[in-house]
Amino acid sequence: MILSIAYREFRSLFLSPLAWSILATLQFILGYLFLTQVETFTALKDQLEGIDNAPGLTTIIVTPLYGNAAIILMLVTPLLTMRLICEERRNKTLPLLLAAPISTRDIIIGKFLGVWGLQLTITGLITLMPLSLLAGGTLDYGQFFANILALILLLAAFTATGLYMSCKAGHPTVAAMCTFGLLLLLWILDWSAGLKDQESPLLAYLSLLKHFQNMQSGLIATADLSYFVLFTAAFILLSIRNLDNDRLQR
Amino acid sequence: MSTLIKAEHLYRYYGPHCAVNDLSFTLEKGEILGLLGPNGAGKTSTLQMLCGQLAPSAGQITINAYDLLDSPKQAKRHLGYLPDTPPLYRELTVDEFLLYCARLHKIPRAGTAKALARVKNRCGLNDVSDRLIGNLSKGYQQRIGIAQAILHNPAIIILDEPTVGLDPIQIREIRSLIKELGQDHGIILSTHILSEVQESCTQVQIIQQGRLILNETIAGLNKHMNTASLELMTRAAPDYNTLKAIPGVISVEGLSYQRTRIHFDTSQNPAEHIAETVVNLGWGLLEMTPLKKSMEDIFIALTETAQIQNRTQS
Repeated sequence: MILSIAYREFRSLFLSPLAWSILATLQFILGYLFLTQVETFTALKDQLEGIDNAPGLTTIIVTPLYGNAAIILMLVTPLLTMRLICEERRNKTLPLLLAAPISTRDIIIGKFLGVWGLQLTITGLITLMPLSLLAGGTLDYGQFFANILALILLLAAFTATGLYMSCKAGHPTVAAMCTFGLLLLLWILDWSAGLKDQESPLLAYLSLLKHFQNMQSGLIATADLSYFVLFTAAFILLSIRNLDNDRLQR
Repeated sequence: MSTLIKAEHLYRYYGPHCAVNDLSFTLEKGEILGLLGPNGAGKTSTLQMLCGQLAPSAGQITINAYDLLDSPKQAKRHLGYLPDTPPLYRELTVDEFLLYCARLHKIPRAGTAKALARVKNRCGLNDVSDRLIGNLSKGYQQRIGIAQAILHNPAIIILDEPTVGLDPIQIREIRSLIKELGQDHGIILSTHILSEVQESCTQVQIIQQGRLILNETIAGLNKHMNTASLELMTRAAPDYNTLKAIPGVISVEGLSYQRTRIHFDTSQNPAEHIAETVVNLGWGLLEMTPLKKSMEDIFIALTETAQIQNRTQS
């Protein structure tokens, strides 16, 4: 049941030019950044050979690639999620789902999985780039997989935020704007911490960037994992509550 | 006969505004229940509550012996619902959309093709299977809406104003489809058109300002319809009080300088009397047209009987 909703959502994205244009744009920009990174590595190669414990291929090419992908997807995710519930409300198609023998939980999780599915496709396509390096070198697989996992979890958090905003907002563009604002705020939250040499552990903990970077370095800690899982679950729960409330009052 | 829907003492408030006020009724198998009322009477709110789209402020709804609040999933399995705007995804084709609905209603995969073929035949959608819903006409979209509601063969079909925005031929088609479906389903439909209820329903309920003011069979409704109206066109403006004094006339309404609408009691048809009066007083009778019975007549009749009952009681 959940999967039917997810599948329809996924398919609908590809029925409009939206998903295709996003895939193409992302691939083009990230491909360009990837090649720049490869260029840097080749230029620095001789100097690096002289240093003990020098950063390797993975640190110099893969980590910045996934970091860039995260920032670009922070801009893109609101566009993917803005229509999820908002559009159904506006087109009055929500009764179709609400009158069917399925719970609001199934609807919300289905919608979430539909967009997350596209995000996974994007991640898969990005991953092809570092894999191409295997033709002439080797990767630090531990760090490589940590990067993939970090991006996947980060995208789940992005999508859940967007889904909740789509439940709340009356117009898709409003949902997109609010999602982007909230994500960007959470992204830059720990910048202020270092501003006057003051450490703010709370702000640093809340920051998406901090947890993402921790994982990117190859360190998979329970704290970071549970941060992303709790973050995603919280927004999914809020979305379910919001949709339930529709029935109760207006 | 088995009871499909039992609604008891439903209330619905929007803030301080009471949209549905103490509504109770039942629906049996093989009945087509028409919910009749002017716009804003609470028809849509009532139907939304029956489908679990809207929680009632108070009251209980039982669908096929399942309580809608306690076991919504089982209850909704027996429901097919067409809201006032058909809930269609414009970017899908008819087949894709119906297939998606089949999944939502948990029709077993083996029976899906059969169910799809059945509803497409019934609603005349065979020619448009592969077309995008967004490109189809309003009539077809309405039919897809009905197809979606009957796809899982529910015991109860709820249609919110199913003929709004259709042309007369399409209306006739939808009406005959509803009659056909009524043979083995229980149907509730809402409308603000009296003739629609008279043509397609077996039961009628009239709602006004959230209250149920009549719950009758169609035969019972006709008994209540002892008022009718006629329109009068005269050269000079008539005197309303003189007209009102004629026995049998219930109320007189001035439409314009020359046109007057008169509501009267059918048991003592005053048409002859009116004509005589107009001619005698020299107002110049130009036209006298009997009007088709409207919901207004019923409302007048019902409020009239209520007043008479009140008078006899006091």
